[in-house]
Amino acid sequence: MAALSPIAAERAAAAVTSVPRGARGGMRGRRRARLNLFRYVTFALFGAFFLMPLWAMVRFSLEGSRLGTWSVAAWSQIASYPGLLGAIEITLELAVLTSGVMLLLLLPTMIWVRLRVRRFTRALEFLCLLPLTIPAIVLVVGLSPIYNRIERFNVSALMLFWAYVILALPYAYRALAAGLNSIDVTTLAEAARSLGAGWGTVMARVIAPNMWQAILNALLLTVALVLGEFTIAYNLTYTNLQVALYAISRNTENAGVLFSASAASLLFAFALLMIISIVGRRRRGRA
Amino acid sequence: MNTTEQSRAGVEVRMEGLRRSYGPVVALDGVDLTVKPGELVALLGPSGCGKTTTLRLLAGLEDADAGSITVGGKDITHLPASRRDMGMVFQAYSLFPHMTVRQNVAFGLRLRRIARQRRDQRAMEMLQLVDLTAQADRYPHQLSGGQQQRVALARALAIEPQVLLLDEPLSALDAKVRAQLRDQIRRIQLEVGITTLFVTHDQEEALAIADRVGVMRDGRIEQLASPTEVYSRPSTPFVAEFVGLTNRLAGTVADGTVTVRGRALPLVDPATRPGPAIALVRPEAVTLAREAGSGPLTGTVIASTFLGATSRVTVDLGDTTILAQIPTADAVAHPAGSRVTLTIRPDPVLVAQDPPA
Repeated sequence: MAALSPIAAERAAAAVTSVPRGARGGMRGRRRARLNLFRYVTFALFGAFFLMPLWAMVRFSLEGSRLGTWSVAAWSQIASYPGLLGAIEITLELAVLTSGVMLLLLLPTMIWVRLRVRRFTRALEFLCLLPLTIPAIVLVVGLSPIYNRIERFNVSALMLFWAYVILALPYAYRALAAGLNSIDVTTLAEAARSLGAGWGTVMARVIAPNMWQAILNALLLTVALVLGEFTIAYNLTYTNLQVALYAISRNTENAGVLFSASAASLLFAFALLMIISIVGRRRRGRA
Repeated sequence: MNTTEQSRAGVEVRMEGLRRSYGPVVALDGVDLTVKPGELVALLGPSGCGKTTTLRLLAGLEDADAGSITVGGKDITHLPASRRDMGMVFQAYSLFPHMTVRQNVAFGLRLRRIARQRRDQRAMEMLQLVDLTAQADRYPHQLSGGQQQRVALARALAIEPQVLLLDEPLSALDAKVRAQLRDQIRRIQLEVGITTLFVTHDQEEALAIADRVGVMRDGRIEQLASPTEVYSRPSTPFVAEFVGLTNRLAGTVADGTVTVRGRALPLVDPATRPGPAIALVRPEAVTLAREAGSGPLTGTVIASTFLGATSRVTVDLGDTTILAQIPTADAVAHPAGSRVTLTIRPDPVLVAQDPPA
């Protein structure tokens, strides 16, 4: 075989080294393409899994009395349907009340335990997560005697907020704990105290503003839980949105209203999620 | 209002018999410390010696088990941190992330219900003091570590505290920024004339910045003296070995001197018990010359570390090694492998002895 000239040898060497590099790049590209395809397919499947029932629900709520016709009658009946508007109103009030009480009870307690009595962290976590392990129906059994006594005073369904605070505790605790873990609570508190801040100021003006996103997440979870709660309200014979929807579902003629009200409550939760996400992003952008 | 107008005479801080335990661990074992008005005292010591605990007790962030703290003649032992009137800069970055630099500095003034215009003015003055007026509207995450600590210093000083407490404020910074900020802290402290307690584990930092240095060990202050005295006349072997480098050379104490390798050196404490001892000799007290005959102080250079104007040369004497810190210009004449004769300057030395049987 004839010897290669220096230039030809250089070109040959370059060709030899460039082939595997190109091949590596091609392999990586193909792997990336396969991974992307897997992601899109997974996303589409899960999206369809979640969206199909919602789409079917909205579609059913918009169907007219005759097959193939469309109507917003079911949606317009939400306001006029007996008891439904009141149930929506009480549920929204419950959501606000539960969120407020939960936040007022849990946030200062968690900050206090973190700053002053850290040895109780595990105990607090255990207490807050405990409701997760107790089925709602078991909770009803325990709560019934208490609510039977309360009922003597002819109180409204708003009294459910006590039970809902217990139900929301695990979710709110987890959200707030994540927020507390993301900041150096001890140093911030000590810095504020050395500048003359009392404990109230430390919590309200130093710690809480730095875990705003966690607070919003806790609120969102609490509101979502209250909007969807059925078991306790039904078994304690109070009427909230879910109980009212259940009552409507017993009358199949009004199935359209049932679906329109369900879709409305879902849209409300979705809108709330969007608002919280946007507010959180804005605050993150500023800080 | 300029800095001179802001400054006020510092106050005396007196801590007496301070004790603090965490379960079975004794963090402070009867600390007595008096900081004179306007003085900067650095507490220096290894991890766990109790220096930060002392500072936290003074700040009111922890309670003492026993002892008393008076500031300006007023007993503040049981006063909560929020009412102690002390400015503190922490080791960790402690700026409030949701506030701008200006809001951070004005935070303490806001708590004191100072009018908005006045507190903004004061905040800008403080930022001017630490050369950060241009960053007034930035958030902490937009600042470097050194800038954050300067803002923390401005925030601590904005409330015109009686005492400034610095808890290893430079330890998270790189060497160059640390040196710059150290000098800036000292300049501002002198300008404002505030009584300051500075905690550090970095001996260079403590010796460079403080009027007096307190060396702590096992919850007690071993020596409290000027940086020069702590370095050149350490009161205990621990201080001698913790502050600066020390050669440990076996010798014998007799007649008020310690004889090391045939050379008699005066003792810091002439009343030292006669008998075998370890003499603690600073590397600066050792000089090198080309080998002139053989003797107990003749050896071979095994390493030389360049430190700038000086170099640290390690000499093997056969049974031990000895460090000599000499001008770099002289050190180049003694490369590794060369034979040298050592001379120990007859400065008073401290000795370590086994306790009497």
